Amino acid sequence: MDILIEGLTKNYGFQKAVDDISFKVNTGEILGFLGPNGAGKTTTMKMIMGYLDIDEGDIQVGGRSVKGGERDNSTFGYLPEHNPLYLDMPVIDYLEFCAALQKVPKDKIDHQIKRMVKLCGLDEEKHKKIGELSKGYRQRVGLAQAMIHDPKVLILDEPTTGLDPNQIVEIRELIKQLGKEKTVILSTHILPEVEATCDRILIINKGKIVADGTADTLRKQAQGQQVLQVRIEAPGADMVYEALQQLSTVNQVDVLDRDALRFEIQSVGDRKSNAHIFNLCVNNGWILTEMIPFETKLEDIFREVTLN
Amino acid sequence: MNPILIIARRELGSFFDSLVAYIMLIAFLGFSGFFTWLFGGDIFFRKEASLQVFFGVAFWTLFFFIPAITMRQVAEEKKTGTIEMLLTKSITNRQLVLGKWLACFLLVCIALAFTLPYYFTVAGLGDIDHGATICGYLGLLLMSAVYVSIGIFASSLTNNQIVAFLLALIVGIFFHFLFDVVASDSSGMVGELASTLSLSTHFESISRGVIDSKDLIYFVSLTLFGLLMAEFMISKRK
Repeated sequence: MDILIEGLTKNYGFQKAVDDISFKVNTGEILGFLGPNGAGKTTTMKMIMGYLDIDEGDIQVGGRSVKGGERDNSTFGYLPEHNPLYLDMPVIDYLEFCAALQKVPKDKIDHQIKRMVKLCGLDEEKHKKIGELSKGYRQRVGLAQAMIHDPKVLILDEPTTGLDPNQIVEIRELIKQLGKEKTVILSTHILPEVEATCDRILIINKGKIVADGTADTLRKQAQGQQVLQVRIEAPGADMVYEALQQLSTVNQVDVLDRDALRFEIQSVGDRKSNAHIFNLCVNNGWILTEMIPFETKLEDIFREVTLN
Repeated sequence: MNPILIIARRELGSFFDSLVAYIMLIAFLGFSGFFTWLFGGDIFFRKEASLQVFFGVAFWTLFFFIPAITMRQVAEEKKTGTIEMLLTKSITNRQLVLGKWLACFLLVCIALAFTLPYYFTVAGLGDIDHGATICGYLGLLLMSAVYVSIGIFASSLTNNQIVAFLLALIVGIFFHFLFDVVASDSSGMVGELASTLSLSTHFESISRGVIDSKDLIYFVSLTLFGLLMAEFMISKRK
């Protein structure tokens, strides 16, 4: 089910929490929702879930507007921010309660609970009360309740907070696997996470979209010229330095380490210097021991688009 | 299953999982039993087999106990944020309020069911007026329906349980007591109005054994009003 958001706006008093944002998420796509604290991520998700009213604009899920009384919440799986749970309920009872509320047929509830317990790794904890679980396990219960009715759309507000690195990898895999047939929007502060999980990244700041695209396209936009770090085994640093500067594709050469003969090479415009450097070394009988493309990190892009 | 029943079942389960239900049952039965049978003891001195004394006691004990069971209903959900989890599932605000009301009302019904032995005991002592006794119980149930509804409305106004408890008592005291005082002290329009609004007036007329449609309409409409207000408060989010 596609999600189509058009001109979505939400005001809190004079403050615009979400300011005229529009985007589309296709079926089978995992959208990573990024932004600094208070950017409007949670507000947008709450509006998609119908928990907050929409001030202006519209949200359509599968071609139907979420406004008005005709919305069907069982199409959605939602993990709210801070993952609120009934701490006095045992895991199994809680999942049963959620499944019943989401209209899972009675004869399928047991099967679904078993599936989610297995999928979210809750087997050893399933009879404990939720209040007795550690934060990571509570997070798993939150995910399990969101997915118990096999929803077509998953909205996850910071799904991996509080998990240990192993759990994070497991949950990411789980989301990726589920994301193949569902439409997923997840928000996070953890940048490597979006790269690892999401097909597309949307960065919002102060209620506005400031970047939209795959990790690669965002990188390309931010990067500009190609930057390479090379290390060459040759008789002398000066000789190599001069030869590199003579190359037609090279704009600028910096010496990083004179003794180890490591250089940073910036290419001209959108041209690449890899082949030229390789050929230069072959012709002179030098040994090229390292060639590392310097990548703009997502962190840098994030800082660039959200700090001004 | 209907979402109202799913909510009611969870809430009722939660009463019995925590100590709330047991404390409520023990305290209610303790107080009303003590004041009906031991202290004052006028149930034995009325020279008729009647539960009027018990109805008078329960009229007050329920007034205090119902806010204690309704106070956490919405306030706690708001405080812990679980209300967001609930309302983004396939359930309407109305179903949520009705589910919560039903759970609290059923707990009161259970408490009243435990007083049925009083009825059988007194019936064994003499010639009891069955109609009047049934009407007395009906009056207590109708009164409870109103106070549960007011309690849930009070709980939906705040995320603090103590505030919810006190609010329910303050709103309740008007219907329970103050309107009656005003009605007996003033005449004309004001007195008439206060007398119509006073819950105790309607309760007394039912527990005397007279079921008047006017009284029924009063209890039902007050209950519905409380529920609608609670629903409105829940639907009002930022």
